[in-house]
Amino acid sequence: MDALDVARWQFGVTTVYHFLFVPITIGMSLLVAIMQTVWYRTRDEKWLRLTKFFGKLFLINFAMGIVTGIVQEFQFGMNWSDYSRFVGDVFGSLLAIEALVAFFLESTFLGLWIFGWDRLPKPIHLATIWAASIGTILSMYFILAANSWMQNPVGFHINPDTGRAELNSIGALLTNKVTLATFPHTFFGALMVAGGLIVAVSLWHLYRGKDEQKATFRTALTFGGWVTILATAGTLISGDFQGKIMTQVQPMKMAAAEGLYETTSSAPFSLLTIGSLDGSREVFAITVPDLLSWLGKGDIHAEIEGINDLQAQYSAEYGAGVNYAPIIPVTYWSFRMMIFFGLAAGAIALLTLWMTRRGRTPTSRLLLLGALSLPILPLLANSFGWIFTEMGRQPWLVFGEMLTRDGVSRSVSMTEVIVSFGTFTLLYAALAVVEVRLLLKYATGGLPEIHPEPGDDEKDDADRPLAFAY
Amino acid sequence: MDLASFWFILIAVLFVGYFVLEGFDFGVGMLLPVLGRNDRERRVVINTIGPVWDGNEVWLITAGGAMFAAFPEWYATLFSGFYLPLLLILVALIVRAVGFDYRGKRADAAWKRNWDLAIIFGSYTPALLWGVAFANIVRGVPLDANHDYTGGLLNLLNPYALLGGVTMVALCLTHGAVFLALKTEGEIRVRANRIAGRAGLATAVLAVAFLGWTVSSFGGTVASVVTAVVAALALAGALLANRVGREGWTFVGTAVTIGLAVVTLFTVLFPNVMPSSTDPAHSLTVDNASSTPYTLTIMTWVALLITPVVLLYQGWTYWVFRRRIGVHHIPDDGAVSTPAGSAVGGG
Repeated sequence: MDALDVARWQFGVTTVYHFLFVPITIGMSLLVAIMQTVWYRTRDEKWLRLTKFFGKLFLINFAMGIVTGIVQEFQFGMNWSDYSRFVGDVFGSLLAIEALVAFFLESTFLGLWIFGWDRLPKPIHLATIWAASIGTILSMYFILAANSWMQNPVGFHINPDTGRAELNSIGALLTNKVTLATFPHTFFGALMVAGGLIVAVSLWHLYRGKDEQKATFRTALTFGGWVTILATAGTLISGDFQGKIMTQVQPMKMAAAEGLYETTSSAPFSLLTIGSLDGSREVFAITVPDLLSWLGKGDIHAEIEGINDLQAQYSAEYGAGVNYAPIIPVTYWSFRMMIFFGLAAGAIALLTLWMTRRGRTPTSRLLLLGALSLPILPLLANSFGWIFTEMGRQPWLVFGEMLTRDGVSRSVSMTEVIVSFGTFTLLYAALAVVEVRLLLKYATGGLPEIHPEPGDDEKDDADRPLAFAY
Repeated sequence: MDLASFWFILIAVLFVGYFVLEGFDFGVGMLLPVLGRNDRERRVVINTIGPVWDGNEVWLITAGGAMFAAFPEWYATLFSGFYLPLLLILVALIVRAVGFDYRGKRADAAWKRNWDLAIIFGSYTPALLWGVAFANIVRGVPLDANHDYTGGLLNLLNPYALLGGVTMVALCLTHGAVFLALKTEGEIRVRANRIAGRAGLATAVLAVAFLGWTVSSFGGTVASVVTAVVAALALAGALLANRVGREGWTFVGTAVTIGLAVVTLFTVLFPNVMPSSTDPAHSLTVDNASSTPYTLTIMTWVALLITPVVLLYQGWTYWVFRRRIGVHHIPDDGAVSTPAGSAVGGG
């Protein structure tokens, strides 16, 4: 264990933790905007109550998303300063543009939305949540473009004098095919989390909540259920597309995801392998014939490159003495966990909708338990997806250009990294407990009462209490 | 002017924006226990910045991103060199933001007291440490030939930098008091005015000492002397305006003071971005720390197109929430009666 390992653990922990909040922010801001739009169009009060109820859950989560995001931005300079020097031109510019174009929009308009209920005319207030939602989606795009550049660097050259990566095409950077593939996958993944959250909370209220609120929660349940199912389909389709792109640009990652050592035509996909993952011994495996070839190249007979051949190829290209394969068990299992948890969430959402169709309230406790796991399953899928994509990139920090070990800060001591890793881990753990308890409290608390609003023609009363206050 | 110098100015502008805007919300956090004598009053204090603190913080994120993009070497050296202070700033910003959001979400007094402490700690710490950090940047720190910081933590804690930190705290505190006087009514407003007057005097002494030390010892140019003097005059003007009860002008005065204090530091710094105290040859400058003209050109276009829009909508936010608030505007603590709490009529 050295400073490099600790810095890597810190990056992993802070990133996965940050990304527990991001999907909720992306997904919920959009779904809350849709709920408020339905209320605006129909004036049906139940949609207003749902907007406010789920808006509250969204906001409890939003604060954590922001603050853990600042840690991400600072961390590049703090722990990975040589990486920052190498890629500032390219990677840094995306972060700067993200802050300027997206983050200001998101934060400012969310403030307007939260506090503006009685200060802004209805259509303008509705527009503020849409502006915030568009901000989160833009933000996601730029961050994914930055990450995709590490997976598949494009639009740059290396300056031989400084050894730094220099941007030469912003167009190529923004239309990186990995970005275009990752964007919908991440977006639908986020919607699965948000949809799952709505289903879980609504179903709980159908079982345990107040009677007069059940009809409203049933509406929410149907809405959330359909979002989850459609998002699962979107995640699958985009994931399939992404797998094909990855096989092109990072064949080692896909080979590692399958534990495929030898280059194979009509390669099977293993659902489960028990045995040694160095490929020397296989005790038990369930495989689907030809599926890997199809996933990777869209052709059941296609040849998929294996780890050993790629290692030989990369050794010749980038220099011998480096293991160019990621840690196989981590890659293999995180890939499967991602798919498993994602599919499980889609299946449970489908089952929940089926069992609650036409006003039915199922009595099965099992279904309730399953549905309560609905926000958690896609969150796990998201997390394992990130672990897969980031661990699968190893040993590269920037694929083909910079090894992870070369990007770490040289001037930062082991002690400093341990202190900061420990600090963040403890702080994040404590905040997680607080956040979950608050979410549970508000999720089980029931719908807010809606007070009759003062008519638009009524004189604005300067002494009226604020509609929303901390 | 070349693009690198332009981006140096733009980064200065972003930090000016950050300290002028977040400066008052740091001050509001610092004054929470002083001006809020009971829970309702504390809620008034927090709600003066409720709709805007989050947008204010983005100025820092943008400044950080802009440093990363326009001066990667500066970003890398600074962030890895000032490791532990930045860690502490991050912790402070985290607990502070969560404090604002979570404080009112439960009715029990211990819960609120703990989050109040988080807000207070989270408001003093970043102001102090940013002051220390910027003073050290201006003063110069030990850098080796790779531009890596070699000084350790204690090197950052020198008298000049500590004075910078204390000055920044005092400036933010005064600025926050002035903002509260401008945004509240009743008792709190009276108390805020009084504190602004007293704290303002102490701040003036500190600011004059710090800016005087800066321009006299670290290569002050005519421009930096001018900005330092105008900063001091603005503070004097603010104190005068506060005396005669012109709260709007007082706020303009403290805003100008903080803004020009930051400008003075950047003016003294130029054309360095991080001078080396080990050997001037190891210094990071606008030229050797910047990214390529292509990246700077792209970013310039984005900045020129987007910044005015950001200023417009942020300005609009301040306009929408321009009204003063007092204790009668604070809704009852809904968290007591129903679990859904202040969700009543709220977002």
